Amino acid sequence: MSSPLHLDAIQLAYDTPRGPHTVVDGFSLALDAGEIGCLFGPSGCGKTTVLRAIAGFEPVRAGTVRLGDVLLSSAQKHLPPEQRHVGMMFQEYALFPHLSAAKNVAFGLRRLDRTAQQSRVAEMLALVGLDDAGERYPHELSGGQQQRVALARALAPSPALLLLDEPFSNLDGGTRERLAAEVRGILKQAGQTAILVTHNEAEAHAMADRIGVMHGGRITHWLDAAA
Amino acid sequence: MTINGRHEGLRAASPAWRCASFLIAVGVLAPVLTLAWLAFGSGLGHWGPLFAHVLPQAALNTAMLLAGVGVLVLVIGTGCAWLVTAHDFPGRGVLHWALLLPLAMPTYIVAFAYLDLLHPIGPVQGAIRWVLGFDSPRQFRLPDLRSIPGAIFVLGFVLYPYVYMTARAMFMTQPAHLMEAARTLGESRRGAFFRVALPLARPALAVGLSLALLETLNDIGASEFLGVNTLTVAVYTTWITRSDLAGAAQIACAMLFVVVALVWLERNGRQHQRFGSAQRMRAVQPRRLHGGAAWAVSAAAALPVLIGFVAPALYLVRESFKRLHQGGGISQGLVASLGNTLALASGVTAATVAAGLVVAWASRSQGAGLANRARWQARAATLGYAVPGTVLAIGLLTPALAFDSALATAFGWQGLPLMGAGIVLVVACAIRFLAMPVGGIEAGLARIPPAIEQASRLLGETTGGTLRRVHLPLLRPAIATGALLVFVDAMKELPATLLLRPANFDTLATWLYAEAARGTYEEGAIAALAIVLAGLLPVLLLARNQLGAPSVAPGLDQTP
Repeated sequence: MSSPLHLDAIQLAYDTPRGPHTVVDGFSLALDAGEIGCLFGPSGCGKTTVLRAIAGFEPVRAGTVRLGDVLLSSAQKHLPPEQRHVGMMFQEYALFPHLSAAKNVAFGLRRLDRTAQQSRVAEMLALVGLDDAGERYPHELSGGQQQRVALARALAPSPALLLLDEPFSNLDGGTRERLAAEVRGILKQAGQTAILVTHNEAEAHAMADRIGVMHGGRITHWLDAAA
Repeated sequence: MTINGRHEGLRAASPAWRCASFLIAVGVLAPVLTLAWLAFGSGLGHWGPLFAHVLPQAALNTAMLLAGVGVLVLVIGTGCAWLVTAHDFPGRGVLHWALLLPLAMPTYIVAFAYLDLLHPIGPVQGAIRWVLGFDSPRQFRLPDLRSIPGAIFVLGFVLYPYVYMTARAMFMTQPAHLMEAARTLGESRRGAFFRVALPLARPALAVGLSLALLETLNDIGASEFLGVNTLTVAVYTTWITRSDLAGAAQIACAMLFVVVALVWLERNGRQHQRFGSAQRMRAVQPRRLHGGAAWAVSAAAALPVLIGFVAPALYLVRESFKRLHQGGGISQGLVASLGNTLALASGVTAATVAAGLVVAWASRSQGAGLANRARWQARAATLGYAVPGTVLAIGLLTPALAFDSALATAFGWQGLPLMGAGIVLVVACAIRFLAMPVGGIEAGLARIPPAIEQASRLLGETTGGTLRRVHLPLLRPAIATGALLVFVDAMKELPATLLLRPANFDTLATWLYAEAARGTYEEGAIAALAIVLAGLLPVLLLARNQLGAPSVAPGLDQTP
């Protein structure tokens, strides 16, 4: 169910007491279905803001965001986040602390009946290698395990697009690269369109098909990720 | 001497401190133990008539009142906290602290004001009839306020700030990304609130709810004015009108079971409160509302402030003004009761702060090995806040009377020296309010590094001298805050004062109570206004300290 993504000349800004402050201007990007893109750049280059705009947490001041045939955002239109079929993995995982791992994964599956929910949760937990951790609560899981639960939760509703915001930044170096390769395997197996945001070059190369290097709110050039 | 031993020697309190702290803890527990002895000591046969006639109706009334007030404070408190935390609308900057204002209104004053405001021939019902085109109360009137729903309405709109406070603190520290995660998983804003924000706030809500319900249980004035015979009212009438101390003690004992349940609810909530705030994250940013929705939210959030504070306060101001204008000034009796109130509040403040200092100092100064016993004392000493004033008073009566008669025989004094001088009343209030200075001073002590005390001791000061020359000056803000809170609460105190005051001794609160009970409404509004004005001080302090200014962070966060 993955879809291609088109960002066409979008402008993003936030309000300050001295008027709007433009963070990203004339930003364009196209991603084929099943492709994994990466936005790579230093702090403050606007890459997380682009991700949040695709998710629907920030308004677009100009330009358009399209997912498949659906117009997600433009200056006139803003589809609320819950109607976009866009999944997101947050930098801090954002697992719900009051729910077990299995309940976290089932959170976005309300439209399914109970048995369908259970089998989908089991399938997702197996996919990320946590078959027997479903009953545990987030604080009982290690950082790497929390990260896998967050991935399973984001993938469970079969989003048309998956966003990953610095997904490995809370892990140490060794675990980070091993997991990055593993997550890439999982996404490719699911044929998932995805965008990764990172400031770590090794992580970018381990995960992405295409790497857009960002500077001053634009992609300045593309790196070959085949290395 | 080992390093460890010397270190512990430095921090250990002298036996005198520990002994004093122990005695205070025992003193706080004494009334409760006395109650149990009174209630069960006379044999269970005594309980029969009570079970048959008094308890069932009073217990049912109390249960309905607690349930109704509980639902109302949860809905208002949580609802307003969420409106103010997650939305931006006209008036938000004022409302976020103004929603605390009803805390300045004792329940009996609001009941007093609304009895007159909502009287069938009073201003509100008159206005409604005028709008609807009726001209007599016989054609149209609102349901009588003097009923259980009426009492729930009055208490709920005054006590919701307890829930508002804890809920708002919780919502402000909940990380925004949890709500965002729920949105990317297909939940609407509403759904995310009910499935994520609300369950995470549950422990905080339990704390606020239990405090509001303890106040409901403590209330005597509002229930009495509104004709609801609760357990608290039953304790009062059983002792005052029927002079049946054992019976009053038995009802008080029944109330203690409710208290224990509520304290358990509160402690349980506090233990789980660290839930959402484990990580330091960007907090939920308020969403700006526009047009009709914005004004609707403004109105909804302003309503509890209007009902719980503005309307009764304006009523009191108007009535006081009228009285002063026509009635030729203030009567001698009211001036005397103002003096009594200030004297009582001063005495209670001095006693409570001194006791609080002893308990906090002793529990801190004991080394790690002795920590358990000291902490137990500190916890026991601060349990009084949960015991309703009437229950405390009944529990204190027996030991106080025994003490008094012993003193009278020993020194050949007339009458009841302790009761007559109001000392028993001061002790009762000190027990009830001890938690405030202990909490504040303990927090203040925790911020003073041990090295400071060690330096003072190495320069030749004793423990007591260090406390006097080093800690007391550093603790001055904590002590001042604690003293202010105790002073104002002692001014407002009604249930224990009613039971324990010396003969012919009126405070502003009992003056108001007597007028409302007689239905005379002469100078009650002036007394009430004085209490509310004093009550505003700690609320303003609280608004400044706890909520602070809402931090306005930029709307977009940058990749770190």
